[in-house]
Amino acid sequence: MPVGGRKQPPVVVEKPEATAVSTISGRSWELPGMWNRMFEPRVLSDYTATGFARIAGLPGGESLEWCYGCGKCVPVCPVDLVGEYGPRKIHRKVQTGMDLFSSDDLWLCTSCANCLRVCPKEVDMTKVMPAVREAAIGDGMVPAELQDVFEKTFRNGNCLGENPRRRNAWTRAAGVPVRVLPTDPGAVDVLFYVEDYWSYHPRGQQAAQCFARILAALDVDFAILGPEEKTLGDSQRVAGEKGLFEALMEDVAATLDKYEFKRIVTPDPHGFNALKKVYPKYGHNYEVSHYTQFLAPLVDKIPFRSEVRHRVTFHDPCYLGRHNGEYDAPRTILDAIPGIELVEMGRCRENGYCCGGGGGGMWLDGFTANHTSERLSERRVREAAETGADVLAVCCPYEVSRFEDAAKSTGNDQLRVMDIVELVDMAMGGTGAV
Amino acid sequence: MVLLKQLPDLVEELEPSPDGTDIDREFIKFILNEFDDQALEEALVTKESSGAEVIVVALDEPEVDQVLYTALAKGADRAVKLTGVPAGTWVPTHLRAAILAPFVRELAPDLVLTGVQSAEDLDGQLASLLGGYLDLPHAAVVVGLEVKDSIARVVQELGSGRSVEEQITLPAVLGIQAASQAPRYAPISKIRQAMQAGGLEELEAPAPVDSADIAIAQVRIRRLYAPEKSTHAEMLTGDPGEVATRIAEILRSKGLVKA
Repeated sequence: MPVGGRKQPPVVVEKPEATAVSTISGRSWELPGMWNRMFEPRVLSDYTATGFARIAGLPGGESLEWCYGCGKCVPVCPVDLVGEYGPRKIHRKVQTGMDLFSSDDLWLCTSCANCLRVCPKEVDMTKVMPAVREAAIGDGMVPAELQDVFEKTFRNGNCLGENPRRRNAWTRAAGVPVRVLPTDPGAVDVLFYVEDYWSYHPRGQQAAQCFARILAALDVDFAILGPEEKTLGDSQRVAGEKGLFEALMEDVAATLDKYEFKRIVTPDPHGFNALKKVYPKYGHNYEVSHYTQFLAPLVDKIPFRSEVRHRVTFHDPCYLGRHNGEYDAPRTILDAIPGIELVEMGRCRENGYCCGGGGGGMWLDGFTANHTSERLSERRVREAAETGADVLAVCCPYEVSRFEDAAKSTGNDQLRVMDIVELVDMAMGGTGAV
Repeated sequence: MVLLKQLPDLVEELEPSPDGTDIDREFIKFILNEFDDQALEEALVTKESSGAEVIVVALDEPEVDQVLYTALAKGADRAVKLTGVPAGTWVPTHLRAAILAPFVRELAPDLVLTGVQSAEDLDGQLASLLGGYLDLPHAAVVVGLEVKDSIARVVQELGSGRSVEEQITLPAVLGIQAASQAPRYAPISKIRQAMQAGGLEELEAPAPVDSADIAIAQVRIRRLYAPEKSTHAEMLTGDPGEVATRIAEILRSKGLVKA
């Protein structure tokens, strides 16, 4: 049993001894349990396929019934590690009559895609769950926490319900000029798509300021959309609000059409995933990279001034790693920072553990808490602490707040959570060097 | 009929406008009054349980179109925006009631629901003023509603944990405190369908009721002040016994406990 896991022990069903009597000779035999089980319906065939019909009928929901029950997905499922979950378990529950559309299980998947990595049948929960969630939302079933975020996103263009006019408030303390396209139009090389948490969350704003200083130090011609930026909405999409995603995408594409830029760089692996994989399906194509991919080839040009004497471990974001195959760019940057010693956690790269924020998990904290023994972020922070690292480095805007909270709640205050750009900026000398 | 009102979204700090007679409305976002959202939900629940046509009505206020289309997506049958009212300024509750009353009278709905109160109307005057103008029975702080034929069974909260159940003959005006379930979610795809269908009716607001109340509505604001900041937090230190004695003293000195 995993640490802290709330597992159900297997249920052993004792069979009564049975006696078989011949109808011809009248002789009788005592049958041991092993024998009389063979005359009963087997647990594996004790189901109908009707539960899958509605799910398979949804675009994206087809693959759930492909499952042949091998169960490889269960031990790699990050939610199962702190609860009772896993795609095979969902499959079995649907087989035996659970209505996934109205079940709490529907909202626990973080779409981390570790199950898909090991699944021989390519059952893709990152498509099944959004499809079923969309149908459930259409029937009016959505957790209240998530409903609030959807409404805020629709009204304000960001998941935090903040005023769009304050999108670029973080630039004031950046220490370097940050061009805002709507007030200063004209061609630009790099469009820095800041996304919600770097725009509004205090710790995210600090990272955005670090990134602006790094871009300035590298003489990159960059600009932001400021008040005209709206979230790319990928997590809202995976959380089941496809209509909201499409509404946002129309607005974003119209805004991007107005300006001339060569490429987009974003710190948010979720937004990156949307631009790289989803927008093209709707005919919107951009050259896009995650900020680690943008900086990795430039590390030799970064003007490092001092050593950063830290033992650092790194958490792979699901949407940069497993979803988009990028494991090396963040490590290239960390390796280039003078003084850093990088140690890996047991679960890393392709098998990286999920922080719990993906697929709407970021906005379902209270809901998920009713079904898990601890937060995924808490579980992950304890893994990070076990490496003896004093810094947990991240490169997804969801993670700084998640892991900082988790470090406090698990008593690992010695562990600092820092975005990679904060470490780079520290080695460059921070605000003092600009 | 459900009356909806837009309010400044309080995620923003409100500031007095440069001339000091209103809040600065230039940079704030607007949001539906949360109690009006409850009234809408109760109307939709009533429609589902006893059959009704739900009409949502709002003055032409900032960002109100999205609110009205959301109501249509949730199941309202008609959405009406009353134009020609002073835009971009504060509409006092007396004036709002005087504008809405002739329109409500013209449509003559069986039941008028609105939020019990709003941040601009903490006394919850809208429902009672409307009831007065229309000469209809009204009830405020409604937490339960059941409509059968032309009788509404209403549960009103009285405070101190007490409530009263009564019967009102329709038509009537009710100020809703809480719907029987949390306001439902309208999927964005449905809101967008409603927007594309364009079912929003824009009607010229009727001339306000002429009455003495309008004089009250015309009260001129001379100056708004931002609330003064003050620090009242006092940290009590010492062993638990000393702290407890001190807390008891403070409670006694404020008259919060007897003896």
